[in-house]
Amino acid sequence: MTVSTELELQSFVLLRLGERRFAISANQIAELVAPSRVFRFPHRTPKLEGVILRRGRIVPVCDVSEMLLGKRLASRRFYLIAVRNYGAQREWVAVPVSGECELIKAEMMAAVESDAPHVAGWLSHDGDVIEVLNLDTLTPGPEQVVAEAAARQRPEARL
Amino acid sequence: MRLASPLKASPAKTEQIILFRVSGQLFAISSASVQEVRSADSMSGGATEISAPGLRKVRHVLRRGDRSLFIVNGAMHFGLHVAEGSLLFVLRRTRTALLIDGIDKMSAMTRLQALPLSFCHEERQWYRGLTALDQTVVPVVHPEGFLSPEELTLLDAALLQADKTASEDPEGTNSAQ
Repeated sequence: MTVSTELELQSFVLLRLGERRFAISANQIAELVAPSRVFRFPHRTPKLEGVILRRGRIVPVCDVSEMLLGKRLASRRFYLIAVRNYGAQREWVAVPVSGECELIKAEMMAAVESDAPHVAGWLSHDGDVIEVLNLDTLTPGPEQVVAEAAARQRPEARL
Repeated sequence: MRLASPLKASPAKTEQIILFRVSGQLFAISSASVQEVRSADSMSGGATEISAPGLRKVRHVLRRGDRSLFIVNGAMHFGLHVAEGSLLFVLRRTRTALLIDGIDKMSAMTRLQALPLSFCHEERQWYRGLTALDQTVVPVVHPEGFLSPEELTLLDAALLQADKTASEDPEGTNSAQ
């Protein structure tokens, strides 16, 4: 069996953040909606802007552009509502995107150890190599607080 | 992709809430959690100053018999622009009196949605959850969330120190100097 026969075509949603394109596995996407009012209230979780109301649900809005591009989006065209896993629990999270989204089928190359934690894999499309995002590491959650606390307790490396 | 609905289809139970503002921001609290609503001015005579290291949100304490109520500045607690609070909520079954801007209105909530798990820092102690009222999302505060056990320990220690100083110098001559 060759490597190419082991790979299967999967569905991905291509999204645009600024000048770059990223992909998310299509089975993680709930819907694409027009920007609506963001309700803001005090909190201490970085990257979360607030929440939107969608079909009676309260959905957190998480701008991932700063982490991926190093700057916030100048304009938002849609919110991509995606499923985020928290252990056995799953919840929606709204990710602002700056352009049209596209559904494609492609083969994903698995991420390697040297890739950033938010990279679930890579795919090739229209001559571009595109990062497939792992929203579970890209958006905040309780496991990150545990990791931060562990890092704080770890003694600093000394020369 | 379908998720299990966070809302149970049981008969709607309502909970009376008070909508209030701190630095212009709207919050809700269960009216059952509020023992008293007092004007901040009416408390000024009975409150004594307190200073616990690293705890700027509490500057005054109210003595009621053998009970001490710590006045928490709501704006400082939530990290909002600090404004002069005008009302105090004495919170039931806590040692907290919360300084707020004012009451917006009374209302009833039928649904309290758990705070989404993405919110994973101190706000999980601050809020019981979120509720949607008139197409607005309002955080519902947790009465016990204003002072953590560690903060209460710090405040008790500061109170003890203040009492000790007062008993050693009942006429306040040291502070006068």
